[in-house]
Amino acid sequence: MKTSLSTSSNARSNLLGTWTLFKKELLRFWRVSFQTVAAPIMTALLYLLIFSHVLEDKVQVYPGVGYTAFLIPGLIMMSLLQNAFANSSSSLIQSKVMGNIIFVMLAPISYLGFYLAFLAASIIRGLVVGLGIFLVALLFIDLPLAHPGWILSFALLGSGLLGTFGIIAGIWAEKFDQMAAFQNFVIMPLSFLSGVFYSIHSLPPFWQQVSHLNPFFYMIDGFRYGFFGVGDISPFISLGVVAGSFFALSLLTLRMLKSGYKLRG
Amino acid sequence: MIPAINIQQLHKHFGDLHALKGVDLSIEQGEFFALLGPNGAGKSTLINLLAGLLRPSSGSLQVMGHDVHAAYAAARLALGVVPQELVFDPFFNVREMLRFQAGYFGRGRENDAWVDEIIESLGLADKAHTNMRRLSGGMKRRALIAQALAHKPPVIVLDEPTAGVDVELRQTMWEFIRRLNREGHTIILTTHYLEEAEALCSRIAMMKHGEIVALDSTRNLLNRLPGKRLKLSLSAPLPEGLRALVRSEQGRDYILAIADTTQLELILSELRVAGVSIEDMQLIEADLEDVFVELLS
Repeated sequence: MKTSLSTSSNARSNLLGTWTLFKKELLRFWRVSFQTVAAPIMTALLYLLIFSHVLEDKVQVYPGVGYTAFLIPGLIMMSLLQNAFANSSSSLIQSKVMGNIIFVMLAPISYLGFYLAFLAASIIRGLVVGLGIFLVALLFIDLPLAHPGWILSFALLGSGLLGTFGIIAGIWAEKFDQMAAFQNFVIMPLSFLSGVFYSIHSLPPFWQQVSHLNPFFYMIDGFRYGFFGVGDISPFISLGVVAGSFFALSLLTLRMLKSGYKLRG
Repeated sequence: MIPAINIQQLHKHFGDLHALKGVDLSIEQGEFFALLGPNGAGKSTLINLLAGLLRPSSGSLQVMGHDVHAAYAAARLALGVVPQELVFDPFFNVREMLRFQAGYFGRGRENDAWVDEIIESLGLADKAHTNMRRLSGGMKRRALIAQALAHKPPVIVLDEPTAGVDVELRQTMWEFIRRLNREGHTIILTTHYLEEAEALCSRIAMMKHGEIVALDSTRNLLNRLPGKRLKLSLSAPLPEGLRALVRSEQGRDYILAIADTTQLELILSELRVAGVSIEDMQLIEADLEDVFVELLS
């Protein structure tokens, strides 16, 4: 009886601990929402204004879809992915460098709870930024919503995947410089070379093949399919790749957290 | 009764460095216990292992009967740790941080009254809504102590809690910690202020090079150095015949160890014969610092 009572008390502690960590992570980015929400929306709109002004009448990627309309889902997804990554990675590296990660490490939160709290906060920041860009873009252009289910699935899985990637980077990096390298040499090239601004069918065959190795391509193409009902490849293939990558990275992250890699010596 | 802390054959290696060499230690519930030792003795490593921030190379640690690794959740719920470094989260104010900290340990709104009490008791009431970044060093230290107490743990570890803290805060803090101890909390303290350990703690462990070199009640440790200390300021160097008694010296100020007061007359006559006059003289009891120096030298 005593054991079952203490087990249920520990489970309650863990649940509330996870919930508190999630709330803290949400509040952390919301407190600096000019930097974490407004700034990426502004950046995406600048891309939109410049590229659509230059290319609207010159490029038509899909039949019946103007370049500005084509661009918007890509920009939404790119910002969503970058911000989901930034949320977990910056929170962890800041906490590690400043030393305040100790407050969470001393608590009885399980490694799964730790993962879920950071993951959920990253997903929410990604979705808030993505939704913000979508709403502002609606002021300029009417966007079709051919398959909202696909849109939501790729938004959730994409932000989950990058939020998880951010946790890995945040645990691995020991200084801001390493994190900046991760962001500028991995995340930025993968997102810019994923078909945000073009269809991979416009690339030479070799680079088309290379693009298929980029997981960001599947997230953006699947997400865009949800708007127009047309994409560079089948959304089911994209879903399989994205879901598989998310599952594999989640397993890796949980393993790192369970072993205490770089967190518990 | 289950010991508050039970450590058996604890070893910790950092590469080639053998930081803890088979530490055995049991601390009873309700004790006010001090862990002393010079820098690098292994005190912080021991505390970090207890808190689950490090993993032992071998050996076992239990907090209130719960294994720190096999039953980590129960062990951590029973432990509150005040870290040595002044760490803080710059995004939040004091009250928010305390509520978050309590929440991490599964305490919800029902804990708010306790949070208010520790804010009040540690003199943080007028800073409760101040961002952690804006607090002075002393106030940050108070907030750290409050964070460790936020979930009302039965065992509280204070790692150098008064480092860089003014006299007023020290008094407020010790008054509050004493009250917690009277209410049944076990207190484990590491400090460089030996007079604090002597005044507050009933039992002391002294560590050196990763080992416990002394573990006894404060009274017994003080009794290890019987006799008194004679502090002298002289007009000329101490005569050679008295040098065997010297414990420490600085210029013409000397501290001599004497077995009893009858030895005083001999010392004074020797000084008279040598023509050395006394500028100042003080007879003092041996304190923990003497024991510390004796054991660790």
